[in-house]
Amino acid sequence: MELKDIIKPENLVYKRTECLTDKVLSYCPGCGHGTAHRLVMETIEELGIQSETIGVASVGCSVLSYDFMDVDMTGAAHGRATAVATGIKRCNPEKYVFTYQGDGDLAAIGTAETIHACNRGENITIIFINNGIYGMTGGQMAPTTLLGMKSSTTPYGRESALMGNPIKITELVAQLPGTYFVTRQSVHTPANVRKAKKAIMKAFDNQKLKKGLSFVEIVSNCNSGWKMTPVTANKWMEDNMFPFYPLGDIKVDGELVKK
Amino acid sequence: MGELKLMKGNEAIAEAAIRAGVDAYFGYPITPQSEIMEYLASEQPEKRTGMVLLQAESEVAAINMVYGAASTGKKAMTSSSSPGISLKMEGISYLAGAELPCLIVNVVRGGPGLGTIQPSQADYFQAVKGGGHGDYRLIVLAPASVQEMADFVGLGFDLAFKYRNPVMILSDGVIGQMMEKVEFGEQQPRRTKFDEPWMLTGKTPDRPHRIVTSLDLEAVQMEKHNLDLQAKYKTIRENEVRFEEIACDDADYIMVAYGSSARICQKTVKLARESGHKLGLLRPITLYPFPSERISQLADKVKGFLSVEMSSGQMVEDVMLAVNGKVKVGHYGRYGGVIHSPEQVLCGFEEFLSK
Amino acid sequence: MMNEEIIIAGFGGQGVLSMGKILAYSGMMQNLEVSWMPSYGPEMRGGTANVTVILSNERISSPILNLYDTAIVLNQQSLDKFERKVKPGGVLIYDTNGITKHPQRTDIKIFQVEAAAEAARINNLRVFNMIVLGAYLKLNNYLKIEHIVEGLEKSLPKRYHHTIQANADALKIGMDIVKPYTVLVS
Ligand SMILES: Cc1ncc(C[n+]2csc(CCOP(=O)(O)OP(=O)(O)O)c2C)c(N)n1
Ligand code: SF4
Repeated sequence: MELKDIIKPENLVYKRTECLTDKVLSYCPGCGHGTAHRLVMETIEELGIQSETIGVASVGCSVLSYDFMDVDMTGAAHGRATAVATGIKRCNPEKYVFTYQGDGDLAAIGTAETIHACNRGENITIIFINNGIYGMTGGQMAPTTLLGMKSSTTPYGRESALMGNPIKITELVAQLPGTYFVTRQSVHTPANVRKAKKAIMKAFDNQKLKKGLSFVEIVSNCNSGWKMTPVTANKWMEDNMFPFYPLGDIKVDGELVKK
Repeated sequence: MGELKLMKGNEAIAEAAIRAGVDAYFGYPITPQSEIMEYLASEQPEKRTGMVLLQAESEVAAINMVYGAASTGKKAMTSSSSPGISLKMEGISYLAGAELPCLIVNVVRGGPGLGTIQPSQADYFQAVKGGGHGDYRLIVLAPASVQEMADFVGLGFDLAFKYRNPVMILSDGVIGQMMEKVEFGEQQPRRTKFDEPWMLTGKTPDRPHRIVTSLDLEAVQMEKHNLDLQAKYKTIRENEVRFEEIACDDADYIMVAYGSSARICQKTVKLARESGHKLGLLRPITLYPFPSERISQLADKVKGFLSVEMSSGQMVEDVMLAVNGKVKVGHYGRYGGVIHSPEQVLCGFEEFLSK
Repeated sequence: MMNEEIIIAGFGGQGVLSMGKILAYSGMMQNLEVSWMPSYGPEMRGGTANVTVILSNERISSPILNLYDTAIVLNQQSLDKFERKVKPGGVLIYDTNGITKHPQRTDIKIFQVEAAAEAARINNLRVFNMIVLGAYLKLNNYLKIEHIVEGLEKSLPKRYHHTIQANADALKIGMDIVKPYTVLVS
């Protein structure tokens, strides 16, 4: 059998999503951003809404996400993505609008914008990548950095008395009447990828209902910022991040999930 | 002689802040100046001097934390780079309006917008002409070496408190990121007496309560406040101009350049003189107040000025105002994050000559 | 007058910046004026990095240069970029590892140091940059080796101080294996 006999449509088991461009991702090898990008774009492809979607990139490692996501996108100033998305959605209510933000962007400099977009119940989807650190600027403390965790601005570990506590912004926004679907996922194993995909699908589908905002947190690794290999970073994430940021749905169809 | 170290410009600012007895630093990470906060964090200034260090949730928050600390007479500072400084502009206008002393460091990168993280000098207008709203001025210092990064922290606070005015150190990615030798002075004690009548220290029975504000609903009162501010700026212009002249004595032409461009131009002066041009360099150390008077004097004896800046030409407007048509004035500079080399500046100068 | 303008360029992670730092520290130890100017940015793993180091007994003017007395280059991109930026009569030192297009200039002095191969041979990839630095020191005698070792101590965090001997040995290896390269003019 020759190569050309193998390359046939019926043998295809995996291919690049049509909604991703063929630009090489700028992320470090092993980083969760790439998988998260793919899931969002697969969702858009499967829902057939590429032409109706407008994305908002934020400032962080994913600042160039508009180069990889093959949908119309705009780049917001640091922290302002949900305000920008509000502007887009209010003027174009028939469009699917999403933001793709890191923890620094969404939960530090953009906290006010996040809270108020959630509280107004904007009919948008927020994809929130929580890696517990500022990846882009070289590993400084993020609002979600765990206690005791080292970063370049907490070289001796985060201490609550001086630097405050890690913020569970996802639980916080779930309390607001404006949010309709709030969930926390991860993309580090095939099983988790499947769950995360379902959640993202729901988050986009919800926009049709006009019942409020859908918020998908993805707890992710930053092996560069954490100064670990990708494999140890994922293990560390399971052992340290998940106990504090437990995976699962927090609010579904406007109702808080009872635990 | 003090302690000699090899350090980045950003680190030198941080070390100098601790040694100058600064009370508080509030910041938010942004390249190319994150080393300032990172250095402070590793030095644990709360242990060395009791200095407060806090990573704020945004630049807006950081500058307002500075406003709060400054209201109580504390030596407070913040640092950022261009996009972050834009966010601070609102707070800076309030600090200037309320006449609060503080130090703001801008390690400039290319813009506009998110721009690039490479060095630039395109925030001159923003620093020198206002940036925020209202008729106000900052005292703007432009370090050209790692040593000056360190020295201008102390100088900046001295000026800030002398005039009750925000001071900005306008640096850029070159000076922030490069390492040179730097000598530090002795550790200065932090201020313990807060005895000036504007400082909020808590009302005691022997005095009326104090208010720090930039607001006055009475237009006439506000105009008076503005007149006072303008009188203060005039005193600053009369007393605080600082500059350096290199090879200007016999010069036919003079380049005007500050910060990293001034360093680059020093080499251009050498190259130009090797090829027979009598070229000099005037380096403004204070950008506000600007050395207008000196430039005006020099304009009586030279044939022209070339403003060299990593921008499309901002300071050149102040050079033109100072020269006031006496001789020709030009601009040379790469920008958007591109740094001109000494040779490129020389070509720029030769082109200027031929015009 | 002594004034040496050096560019060191290679991949991020090859120890380019720290090599520059050691030179700068050593210069400072000898009371020279020094400047160290890195390229900086989100140059993720595998990206290119370079640093300009100037050592002089006069006040240093521009930390940004267009031409260099010495270029030390550790990958093909850097060789392509900086070969033409060596001053006539200047020095180019390069590691042949991964180089497919060798230097062409005949108006400069060119040296090879097979540091990557040697580091692999002695099974200590971490000292790769010290082998390269050794090559540079062999060709220049203005820096004293004891100052280089002192520079190492200053630039290495304490937890790595047990590696100083291995690093010092690597300098010697570099001195031994550096060899001139002659461009064949056809
Ligand atoms: C106003 C402003 N301040 C600071 C920055 C610098 N900056 C860029 S990305 C970033 C943090 C990003 O962290 P996060 O949102 O967690 O994303 P990650 O890089 O970890 O994916 C910061 C502080 C900026 N671009 N603009
Ligand atoms: S720095 Fe961290 S978040 Fe950024 S691409 Fe690398 S691993 Fe991902």
